Amino acid sequence: MTKRNGEKGAGLKGAVFCAYAFVLFDACAGHQQSAVDPAGPQSGKIAVLWWFFFGLLTTIFLIVMVFTLLTLTRRGHRSGQEPLNASHLPPGADEKELTRIVAAATIATVLILFVLLIASVSTGKSISELGDKKNGMVIEVTGNQWWWHVRYWNDDPSQMLVTANEIHIPTGRPVMIRGMSQDVIHSFWVPNLHGKRDLIPSRVTTEWIEADQPGIYRGQCAEYCGLQHAHMALWVIAEPQAKFDSWMKHQLRPASPPGGPTGERGKQIFLNSACIYCHSIRGTAAGGQTGPDLTHFGSRRSIAAGTLPNTIGNLGGWITDPQGIKPGTHMATIPVSSEDLQPLLEYIEGLK
Amino acid sequence: MNQTEPIPNSSEREAQALRDLENSWQTPRGMIGWLSCTTHQAIGMRYIVTAFIFLLAGGIEALLIRLQLALPNNTLLGPDRYNEIFTTHGTTMMFLFAVPMMEGMAVYLVPLMLGTRNVAFPRLNAFGYWIYLAGAIFLYWGVFTNTAPDAGWFSYPPLSGPAYSPGKRVDFWAQMITFTEVSAMCVASELIATIFKMRAPGMSLNRIPLYCWSMLVQSFMVIFAMPAVMIASSYLLSDRTVGTHFVNPAEGGDPLLYQHVFWLFGHPEVYIIFIPALGFVSSIVTANSRREIFGYPGMVLSIVATGFIAFGLWVHHMFATGLPQIGEAYFTAASMMIAVTSGVQIFCWIATLWTGRLRMTAALHFVFGFIAIFVLGGLTGVILASVSLDVQVHDTFFVVAHFHYVLIGGALFPLFGAFYHWFPKITGRLMNEAVGKLNFWILFIGFNLTFFPMHILGLKGMTRRIYTYGSEMGWELGNILATIGAFIIAAGGVVFLINIFLSRNRGEIAGDNPWDADSFEWAAASPPKSYNFEYLPVATSRYPLWVAASERTFVTGLRNDRREVLVTTLMDAEPHHRLVLPRSSLWPLLTALAVTIGFIGSVFNAWYITYGSILTGLAFVGWFWPRLPVETKP
Repeated sequence: MTKRNGEKGAGLKGAVFCAYAFVLFDACAGHQQSAVDPAGPQSGKIAVLWWFFFGLLTTIFLIVMVFTLLTLTRRGHRSGQEPLNASHLPPGADEKELTRIVAAATIATVLILFVLLIASVSTGKSISELGDKKNGMVIEVTGNQWWWHVRYWNDDPSQMLVTANEIHIPTGRPVMIRGMSQDVIHSFWVPNLHGKRDLIPSRVTTEWIEADQPGIYRGQCAEYCGLQHAHMALWVIAEPQAKFDSWMKHQLRPASPPGGPTGERGKQIFLNSACIYCHSIRGTAAGGQTGPDLTHFGSRRSIAAGTLPNTIGNLGGWITDPQGIKPGTHMATIPVSSEDLQPLLEYIEGLK
Repeated sequence: MNQTEPIPNSSEREAQALRDLENSWQTPRGMIGWLSCTTHQAIGMRYIVTAFIFLLAGGIEALLIRLQLALPNNTLLGPDRYNEIFTTHGTTMMFLFAVPMMEGMAVYLVPLMLGTRNVAFPRLNAFGYWIYLAGAIFLYWGVFTNTAPDAGWFSYPPLSGPAYSPGKRVDFWAQMITFTEVSAMCVASELIATIFKMRAPGMSLNRIPLYCWSMLVQSFMVIFAMPAVMIASSYLLSDRTVGTHFVNPAEGGDPLLYQHVFWLFGHPEVYIIFIPALGFVSSIVTANSRREIFGYPGMVLSIVATGFIAFGLWVHHMFATGLPQIGEAYFTAASMMIAVTSGVQIFCWIATLWTGRLRMTAALHFVFGFIAIFVLGGLTGVILASVSLDVQVHDTFFVVAHFHYVLIGGALFPLFGAFYHWFPKITGRLMNEAVGKLNFWILFIGFNLTFFPMHILGLKGMTRRIYTYGSEMGWELGNILATIGAFIIAAGGVVFLINIFLSRNRGEIAGDNPWDADSFEWAAASPPKSYNFEYLPVATSRYPLWVAASERTFVTGLRNDRREVLVTTLMDAEPHHRLVLPRSSLWPLLTALAVTIGFIGSVFNAWYITYGSILTGLAFVGWFWPRLPVETKP
């Protein structure tokens, strides 16, 4: 009986919490970019600290509000109130008591702040200890207006993978993000994994992230970086080590040759266009460095750093009118005739 | 000079003295007179009205922002226009509304509260206003010519640098900063001198009204904080206009240097805006709870402590840039400490309300709204002080929610309360109380509807300063609520304006002291005469108007045929000497014009620094040209 009651209570509590969290934070919906839906040890510690702060501070808020509103009931609140007495002072005894209460409240404030301070600093310390310099992976993320250049560090230069806007990581392994910037200040933020870290030109900043579970976690630039700050998203895709390894192996390969004659024609169109001044496709003559690497473009989720889902139709729209889709983008409008477009798209999308 | 002599009976001599007094404090009629005016009531009102117009402008920008964000993938404003509008919104609210409004209220109220006739440097006061006006017009000239700044109100380089923000937009922003900071420094120095040296005899330091204490602390903060932002904006401006590389990383400059210097100003700036509001709250609470304020020494110490601590916590705006742990811990602790001084004041007000006999005027409604909103904003501030939590919510809508709770709750609600409280003093008529309470509820509901959902949006990953978002992000509900709320706030603003215009012409006649309040401004006529007091009052208590009328004393013996005020000692406000203040003068306006030519010209051509300096020098010669007071007979 007691046990059933307990279960019922827990279920009810869970349901109430869930309803509350749903109304407030949509947390039960399993949000793709949320600071209160942790998927890694760093964000997990932060979320625990957050709920601790949230609970304590909400309680304080309610207490202060109750006392504030109770003042209205003390001696009424008519518009014609006379002063308490000619001296405008309540009896000395009342004042003494008030002094004691206010002093106690002040001391309580200081103590609570100490508790919060200790909780905060110790959480910060334990997060900073999560990195693992020996077994950790290092991924260099460079902010650009408005996309992410990603490079996987390896002692063997031939194993250094360059890609863009998508970071695959193995689950359960600490990953150090070495942040840099090519132009203005950006900020790397994948809230389900960790807080943000600015990417500052002429500096290197670091942050350790780690994913507990396989999943796809969205992030976006959090420091205002100009016209298309809104369209600078990235995905962190966490997968089991084996799956990650095979992904890495595949990505390290040069671009696969086009599957058919249309694709082959598309390749020639690409290599003869201005596209190659900015974009690289490993295994071809295209070696531009200012735009995202396209070697395995077809395997990525989005076009233009999260602006559009990666479909052949969207890519066609993006190539023909980049300024219409992402006004201000540094992607040049390259004139492509209508008969050339289809082969070009097939080639690029075929770069799996 | 005799402090204790009662007012002589009315007589012919008395009437003549009054005529002399009116004569010497009168501003000449006509356009020239208006431009040369140096009385604090007129200058204060100019600040208040101008700043209010910019509140409306900033409000319209806010509505445009909210309209753009109401729906996902909205195309109402493009990214370029949106970036201009949010930058102009922030810049307007901080530099053209909040600070000048607080300065204007102080210029109007402080001399009245201290029982004197003008601020210490009346011409500097006029100069400050003209410079502020010029800076404001300059920025909005840019807004209407597609040159509105678009790098955010803190304009981080390198985004704001010449490589990534070509054109003149950021220059307009940086130079507008210079204008408004010069203006703020003028007001700050004259308020400090006024509060230190021109208090009514007997108004020792422990009798200064809390509002004047808060303005004193605020003025010192201005003097220490504003040079920092001028340095930051000058780094930026000289990088942009003459090719220096202070903050240009490509040439070895440091973008983080800019951030440190900017936030060394930027954080105190928040307190510069809201400390005066704490003074409003203290005045309103004292008058309407019908008792002396509880814990006066604690309140004063808290304000002063806030003024100091505010300079030690700027780095919490930069936690995401990465700091050593020890630095993080220090700035977390310092940031949390500010909650203690704010807490003490909240407790003291609640204690005062607890034991007082409340009169729920419209002004007191706004104080209750202030406590609710500000406490919530302060508590989310504690969250931002924690490094671990800050790196999650920094630069998201959570922060947007936080600082609107602190600034609207902490400064705008008390300001509206202050309008309701002092409107009868300024115009002689009461505002409609019922409409005022309606006004409060509309604003309170609209405010919370707008900004509360933003906390949740931030936690759900919505970053600041994005001009649009996809429908897959799950941010629609919060955004549509916020937009509806913003229009409710706008409706509240309309109600307020209607109340102002109706009450100004048809409001109930107020009399000198409609609230039976305690401080000297309520001893002056409503509206005050240009000389404020026929006889300067003497402070016999911390609450001088709550002393029985028979025990109040006045200063006699000042000359009426020139602008004479009494200078008193710093600590005990003992009469020290009589000071003759200057009359109306066109030189502040002419000097401001010369400075404006230099400031604006230098945005386009560095030589204008030279031209402007020469012109300003000439204007100063005119300003300081020795001349005999008009009333001195040779």
